[in-house]
Amino acid sequence: MIETLIVLVKIVCALVWFLLITLYLTWAERKESALMQDRIGANRANFFGIRIIGLFQPFADAIKMAFKEDFTPSFSRKFLHDLAPFLSFFFTGVTIATIPFGDILKIGGKEIKLQVLDINVGLLFVLAMLSFTIYGVLLSGWASNNRWTLIGGLRGAAQLISYEVALGLSLIGLVMVFPSLDFSAIVDFQGELLFGWLPKWGIFLQPLGFLIFLFATMAESERVPFDLPEGESEIVGFFTEYGGMKWGMYMFTDFMKVLIISCLLTTLFFGGYQVPWLYADGFRFPWGGEWLLPHGIVVLFQVLMFNIKVFFFCWLQILLRWTYPRFRYDQLMDFGWKLLIPLSLINIVATAIIMSIL
Amino acid sequence: MTRIQKEASKESLLINMGPSHPAMHGTIRIMLELEGEVVRNSEVEVGYLHRGFEKTCEHKTYFNLLPYTDRLNYVSPLINNLGYVMTMEKMLEMEAPERAQYIRVIMSEFSRVSDHLTALAAMTMECGAFTVFLYYIQAREEIWNFIEQTTGARMTTSYIRIGGVRADLHPDFKGLMDKAMKVTRRVLKDVKGLLDKNKIWMDRTRDVAVVNPEMAVNYGFTGPCLRASGVSYDVRKAHPYLVYDQLEFEVPLGDKGDNFDRYMVRMKEMEQSLRIIEQAVEKMPESSSRAGLMAKGIEPDEAIKASRSKKAEERVKLSPNLQGSEKDVRPDILVKGKKYTVPPKEDTYTNIEGLINHFNFFMSGHGIRPPKGDVYFSVEGGNGELGFYIVSDGTDHPYRLHLRAPCLHIVSALEEMIKGHYIADIIPTFGSTNMIGGELDR
Repeated sequence: MIETLIVLVKIVCALVWFLLITLYLTWAERKESALMQDRIGANRANFFGIRIIGLFQPFADAIKMAFKEDFTPSFSRKFLHDLAPFLSFFFTGVTIATIPFGDILKIGGKEIKLQVLDINVGLLFVLAMLSFTIYGVLLSGWASNNRWTLIGGLRGAAQLISYEVALGLSLIGLVMVFPSLDFSAIVDFQGELLFGWLPKWGIFLQPLGFLIFLFATMAESERVPFDLPEGESEIVGFFTEYGGMKWGMYMFTDFMKVLIISCLLTTLFFGGYQVPWLYADGFRFPWGGEWLLPHGIVVLFQVLMFNIKVFFFCWLQILLRWTYPRFRYDQLMDFGWKLLIPLSLINIVATAIIMSIL
Repeated sequence: MTRIQKEASKESLLINMGPSHPAMHGTIRIMLELEGEVVRNSEVEVGYLHRGFEKTCEHKTYFNLLPYTDRLNYVSPLINNLGYVMTMEKMLEMEAPERAQYIRVIMSEFSRVSDHLTALAAMTMECGAFTVFLYYIQAREEIWNFIEQTTGARMTTSYIRIGGVRADLHPDFKGLMDKAMKVTRRVLKDVKGLLDKNKIWMDRTRDVAVVNPEMAVNYGFTGPCLRASGVSYDVRKAHPYLVYDQLEFEVPLGDKGDNFDRYMVRMKEMEQSLRIIEQAVEKMPESSSRAGLMAKGIEPDEAIKASRSKKAEERVKLSPNLQGSEKDVRPDILVKGKKYTVPPKEDTYTNIEGLINHFNFFMSGHGIRPPKGDVYFSVEGGNGELGFYIVSDGTDHPYRLHLRAPCLHIVSALEEMIKGHYIADIIPTFGSTNMIGGELDR
């Protein structure tokens, strides 16, 4: 009974965290882009006259979209048209289950792992679920029965499949270094030290793998410079025929992807919840010196560190999105197939050679 | 059935781009025959903004049709004013006072900068660089603030008049002007940093829609698009008008004639325009009645009241700009002579001669009546050679007026330019031609 309750609480916590942060990512994107472009950004939404720099804006947006007419064009294939946004939304949403937020929390003799689903193929699970989001893109383009959306859907499918390859290959090097597909095991490995002082994070062991993974995941998230399926000024995008909440779900999926990518980058390459030199009983610095901490504080530090890292990558992605122009279709394919995939193959070979020498 | 429907092969996808498409300004339609993402064939349809400008002008007096020219190229209306007005001045064989000529140069160069800023802003935004778009628009905003201060309007200026300009520069014009120049220079520097060596931007624009010099000349390209192809033709250099022959500036050229060159030429031209403005401000003769700009004298209604019993002698107090006590500043900015200019308002309202002149100017059948004949004159507009051809039959309205709109010739080459390129290339190519509906469709 108590076990079920713990799982339920974990699911609710993870989901609330995921959705709330995603909601505020829309606000962060608006504010950060405004800052970059000498604007003020959304600041009108208020709650009984209280504005606090537009912090209520995401809720106002959500309410607006929820109460809009649920519109399906007469020429569309109704069932598929309705189904498509849910597919994208669902398959992106479930990926959060495997991300470890912190180490084991001990309360009243119980040991609780701060991770909803601790499966030994967590990495494959996330990649598989992200691949499934293709169906949302492809179906919306097809079911809208509009030539522009069809082009958008096909672009999206081609792009996701191409970058899926680079994404998978870039992680093989990492899996060779940390011999596991389990996220919590990968994070545990990253708690160790290199040369006695450097945290053994993925980025120090797999710098090239990190770069490939970063670009490939950014392409997966379909934002500028990789926003070809949307391409608002050329093909208007695969969700042209959507409105109201169904459009909102595509929008939301976009930001969910940003967040899940940040979580993956953090977990795989930046030590997840690991704080440098923090052990189960407190800090032990490489230059000597200790700072012992109670268990609760250590876990709090870990969760906080995880959040800080994730926010950093969210910020980075928004920054890149508002800096670059968009690729063209053939250039995008060239970038994926002719640059990222050969590089990731080189990365695998190099990793193998170095590992066999050491 | 349109041409493209007849010619299309069965395997290809026919698709309509525009007129309601975010990149087509709502004023142009491109029918595409696609093979995958590649454009095999296309048909460009223009005319969605046709409003009969030329025919309307035949029914307006020479003075009254000036506001219609604002609506041609609505991002650089002052150059349109200038083109029409200079044609009329050629027909009437007169020349504006020197100060007015310098003011015209300053205003038309600022318009050119705002035109280029808008064109490049649209082009970059359509490639996905939204931040660059807003940077450009920020600079344009400052320029328009200055234009508003001088002309009283941001877009529909009607500022340059036959024989001169409508009003003198504002007494404190240097403040806003320096700010506009400073912001524009900063924006140009920022954008250079963001785009000039950006791999994505280079890949998107290099070798796309190449127009070689022969093709450019055959189609009748002018302006930045022609110069991007490497042909050095600038109306300001080839047939100098106003005081352009006394000012130093270069004509930047491209080498390939692709989208990147069209971007680069515009960027460099903006710098040259700012250089011209700086020189013009320095060389501009001082107004002979600086003091007159500051409003002194009696209130307008008192002057009108006084004029009922005897001829008013005291000066009327009006705001110094646009609605101002114009009489003092007029010698600097408008030609002398009752025939071609509206008499000053203080004369119209306070003495009988002024009133008669006013009626003589505005009554139909009177006003500006150029001699019989036809005349063509062109100025360098934002997009290229902007020419007016006017046929006069001796009455107070034109018998025929024709506009040589620069972007018509460029858009006519669009089909050839986008052939064999990707859908995504259509948009920046279209942006780099700087199609302006008002000017294209008239």
